[in-house]
Amino acid sequence: MAASQSGQLDAEEERDIKSETSSDGSRNNSSSNDGGSLSASPGGGKPSSGGAGAGGGGSTEEQRTLLAVLQFLRKNNLSESVEILRREAGLSDEEAEDQKGSGGSGGGTGGSGAKDPEGSGEAGSLLRRVSAASSAAAVAAAAPTTSRVGAGDDRPDVNVVLSAYSQQGDPALYDVYYSGLKKFIESVLDCHRAELSQVFYPLFVHMYLELVYNNHESESKAFFEKFSGDQECYYGDDLRILSGLSKKEHMRGNETLLDFRTSKFVLRISRDSYQLLKRHLQERQNNQIWNIIQEHLYIDIFDGMPRSKSQIDAMSGSLAGEAKREANKAKVFYGLLKEPEIEVPLDDEDEEAENEEGKPKKKKPKKDSMGSKSKKQDPNAPQQNRIPLPELKDSDKLDKIMNIKEATKRVRLGRDNLPSICFYSFLNAYQGLTAVDFTDDSSLIAGGYADSTVRVWSVTPKKLRRVKSAADLGLIDKESDDVLERIMDEKTASESKILHGHSGPVYGISFSPDRNYLLSCSEDGTVRLWSLQTFTCLVAYKGHNYPVWDAQFSPYGYYFISGGHDRVARLWATDHYQPLRMFAGHLADITCTRFHPNANYVATGSSDRTIRLWDVLTGNCVRILTGHKGPINALAFSPNGKFMASGATDGRVLLWDIGHGIMIGDLKGHTDAIYSLKFSRDGEILASGSMDNTVRLWDASKAFDDLETDDFTATTGHIHLPENSQELLLGTYMTKSTPVVHLHFTRRNLLLAAGAYNP
Amino acid sequence: MADREERRFAEVPRDSVRLMAESVGVELGDDVAALLAEDVSYRLREATQSSSQFMRHAKRRKMTVEDFNRALRWSNVEPICGYGAQDALPFRSAKDGELHFVEDRDVNLVELALATNIPKGCAETMVRVNVSYLDGKGNLEPQGTVPSAVQTLSEDLLTYYQQITRAILGDDPRLMKVALFDLQSNSKMAALLPYFVYVISGVKSVSHDLEQLNRLLHMVRSLIQNPGLYLGSYVRSLVSSVMYCILEPLAASINPLNDHWTLRDYAALLLSHIFWYHGDLVSGLYHQILLSLQKVLSDPVRPLCSHYGAVVGLHALGWKAVERVLYPHLPAYWANLQAVLDDHSVSNAQVKADGHKVYGAILVAMERLLHMKAASRFQAVAGPPARKDPGPPGRGAGSPGPGPSREPTAEAVPGVAGHPWEGWSPVSLPAMYGELYSFFGDSLAVRFSPGPVARGPGVAGALPRAPLPPGMGARDPGPGHVHPDAGRKMPQLTANLSLSPRPDGSPRVTEPAPPSLAATGLSR
Repeated sequence: MAASQSGQLDAEEERDIKSETSSDGSRNNSSSNDGGSLSASPGGGKPSSGGAGAGGGGSTEEQRTLLAVLQFLRKNNLSESVEILRREAGLSDEEAEDQKGSGGSGGGTGGSGAKDPEGSGEAGSLLRRVSAASSAAAVAAAAPTTSRVGAGDDRPDVNVVLSAYSQQGDPALYDVYYSGLKKFIESVLDCHRAELSQVFYPLFVHMYLELVYNNHESESKAFFEKFSGDQECYYGDDLRILSGLSKKEHMRGNETLLDFRTSKFVLRISRDSYQLLKRHLQERQNNQIWNIIQEHLYIDIFDGMPRSKSQIDAMSGSLAGEAKREANKAKVFYGLLKEPEIEVPLDDEDEEAENEEGKPKKKKPKKDSMGSKSKKQDPNAPQQNRIPLPELKDSDKLDKIMNIKEATKRVRLGRDNLPSICFYSFLNAYQGLTAVDFTDDSSLIAGGYADSTVRVWSVTPKKLRRVKSAADLGLIDKESDDVLERIMDEKTASESKILHGHSGPVYGISFSPDRNYLLSCSEDGTVRLWSLQTFTCLVAYKGHNYPVWDAQFSPYGYYFISGGHDRVARLWATDHYQPLRMFAGHLADITCTRFHPNANYVATGSSDRTIRLWDVLTGNCVRILTGHKGPINALAFSPNGKFMASGATDGRVLLWDIGHGIMIGDLKGHTDAIYSLKFSRDGEILASGSMDNTVRLWDASKAFDDLETDDFTATTGHIHLPENSQELLLGTYMTKSTPVVHLHFTRRNLLLAAGAYNP
Repeated sequence: MADREERRFAEVPRDSVRLMAESVGVELGDDVAALLAEDVSYRLREATQSSSQFMRHAKRRKMTVEDFNRALRWSNVEPICGYGAQDALPFRSAKDGELHFVEDRDVNLVELALATNIPKGCAETMVRVNVSYLDGKGNLEPQGTVPSAVQTLSEDLLTYYQQITRAILGDDPRLMKVALFDLQSNSKMAALLPYFVYVISGVKSVSHDLEQLNRLLHMVRSLIQNPGLYLGSYVRSLVSSVMYCILEPLAASINPLNDHWTLRDYAALLLSHIFWYHGDLVSGLYHQILLSLQKVLSDPVRPLCSHYGAVVGLHALGWKAVERVLYPHLPAYWANLQAVLDDHSVSNAQVKADGHKVYGAILVAMERLLHMKAASRFQAVAGPPARKDPGPPGRGAGSPGPGPSREPTAEAVPGVAGHPWEGWSPVSLPAMYGELYSFFGDSLAVRFSPGPVARGPGVAGALPRAPLPPGMGARDPGPGHVHPDAGRKMPQLTANLSLSPRPDGSPRVTEPAPPSLAATGLSR
């Protein structure tokens, strides 16, 4: 794979940083380091080959970034990495030395992380500043970046991060400023009020933090008390964290805070409203607020009608405001890949040879039609070889034939034809069931447990058997026809197998499409690959140094994606022990990961309440979807690849049009966190499972058919959601006090649900 | 304000910090302790917040010690050992001093090691599958006390049923009023009738609770007054529920403070309503009811409250029922009642009071009997019967007019022939008066004194005054019929059978129209 080389480089650096910083105890800073150094590349519009590409770019911002990285590495005695990076970037020694000189004066005893526990944090903060500045410079021309950039150049102190808060007015006046603005916004015309009200929350937070930073403890408390009640209810979680923060010392190392500091809060405001606000602030000479708006807010101004309150509410709620419009402009090839059904006659032969009771004559025309259909290239599909996919093995082809056969017997679901539901209850799961997965053909079920085990069951009469030991394998006749049967050890046949290896709760599991492997990710920071032939662990992929919350195989096998507490999603190939891609940009933990059906994209949901779609080829973030009001727990792509559903702890399911990058539906009904989503095989029904012990079925085809995305909506991103949750809800199905952890549609569209019975 | 802020989170007091420091031999200044305390509180909050992540990802609702320890471990803090038990840890406070601690009992290792009952270990973790919903339809079993048959109802009706029963049997009187009114006027709930009848038949299980009995009777009233409802055979069940309230010695009657008399009156009233509105349906029941009333009345073992019920029940069934059942039985019954009333002992006070109630009820019934007899005689003289009743005042406009054919009199009832009372021959009015006067004496006579003494003005106007037969003047014992036994004369009782708790207090109503219910029931 072409990109694997540079990917490895990234990983190496990453690992070094990790091991270094985690040892000196400033965990939060180091984790934010990842975000900083990595987000520099997408920010500069470069592919994730990061360091290598930056040298060629030659813009001053990127150079500054590089120098900062160098300085950091040097401080931590990573001379080897320094060398590599310098060579890659093509930087001259002098430049680097220069930087070292100035950096040393600021950082004090560089290199001894133990003596100076803030050293890493300082450097990290510099990185963040630089990367933030680079993106800031690109978008907000009016922003007065000069002072901050100056500070970043010659005084790389931890305080630099927070120093933006050092400019202060009279603490007593904050109250006056804020209420003045509040009064103004309340007095403007209705159409502008909703838009301008968006300013309240970020302003409130930044003003509060400024007060805290400048040690005005009582004023900050008073300020919080007075105005926190005005904020939108969906910011409650963040406000709770903020309210616990009352000292300058607390600000250091608080993740939520750093997120707020380092990313600009994005607001979308119409030009008219913006002018109104600007005029007001200038008239009043209200520099305090104006400064905050300039420095910490990114106001995405659009021409046209101001948006209504409901429109704004639908899109807001994420940690850093809405997505910029530019963020969702990239073209996404959401179409499906051509089915590799090239050897149709060969398949037919196989089929005839394989099963006696089959009716090949009847099947043939069907298969031909399928073949011809898939031969038509979908204009929205990526090129067949856009990312290299593994060759089909014979067994895969057999499986595809089985799949097609099953598909012909598939129940056609719809509003009047709801699926039957089977519930798989995990009994006596004292260990704490945390994750469940089914194989695509529904023959195996696996559960991940909090006691760090993984258990696999066969749900068909066929028992699970291990391959014989090497010594026994030597004895069997390798020429015999039933060699595949002979290698299995009958003595080990059992209904279930337990896989031991992790040293922390298992949070995610995924079967490979060929049913030969099982993937599991755990709190111990590793992703493990298990063989379902030998029931042993094959590889432990180490890269995430923090809990890994989710992992999933690509629909074509070979690749898999993982994401966790370190806010980075990693793309791996099973035969590489280091990741091929790292997707950085989320501002909080990545809580769930999903592959697009065409394997060219991955979607990640995060507790920063956004969903991002990443291009596997380039590593770019191509979609940022905001609108959820709580951490996202479940994602599902529609089988045609065009739409996506997401479920969050707020109990809502949102539907997204991937091509346009806009929200197209809001399904309300669940009363607790949603943990699983699945589309039926033909995409007509969406099933959602939740903590509230229900499975709900939604009319997906109606939701998508009613959709008429005009150009206006597509370009402006102004959505108008119909209130039709109740119409779309086809049924609510109670379990017997069992939270629904996983949902799966069999190939014939029988809905399987799974969860642990907790009396 | 600062206080409120403090209380937003758990705070470690500075004294605790100082105490802990002392325990490891460090003296702390006040300000240092304060700073430390605040920082410790903040760190605790932080750790708690990050431990909630572990809880969420383990798909649990309850945070465990394990979650907290993981959060500590990931922030490079030593985890806290010794609290890993799954069970809740009891938190106790010491008697003196504000000291709280987790109870930690000593474990006797020897005992544990030598224990013979070795725990079996927990059952094997397994996966079991069941088909929960076939074609999207499944065990949508409604929760609660709904009878099982209700499940076949449509969603709307089921909800209506639940709401109505809940409102009527619930605590909110206004809600009950609304529900009862709807039950009385809603024409679309016919499908629910069996279920409501079923609910009403629950009177037997709540005989201790006057309030509930009342509510159920209200429900009966609403049902029988609903013009859009055909009661059909369910009316029998309703009648038996009502009869239960009239006749049974309810558990609630044990306490003399409970006004079960009113309940019996109300139930009797409902009985007359049922015969008034649904006479065609219950005609076959008439004699059955008369029989059972008579049986109760003639059974001296029955308590007086049952006798009272029988009297008001007969009264409710019309003056002919009184004439046929109560009047002939009166001499026999009188002896019993007399004995009760003459017993002036203290222990008998309660029974005596009950006896007075019965006495009052009989008096009222007899009075009306005389009135009606007089009126019928007058009508027989005057010619074809005029429409006696212009309809009870205050009746709802929608209720069906009381046609003469629905009069709940014995004449209107087919099948009188062949009945035990076949051989019964009417007693002439003067003879009857004489007989009754021997029982009641002047207390009967005052009721027929000239002038509208106790009659409401409206009633007086509505009913043609029946001229009393000669010899029936006030205080005129009548010729030849006087029982000389003065001892049988009762003291002048002013007993009022409050059949209908009307504002004017008049118990007598025009016959045979049922008294208006609009003013009753709900006003209680």
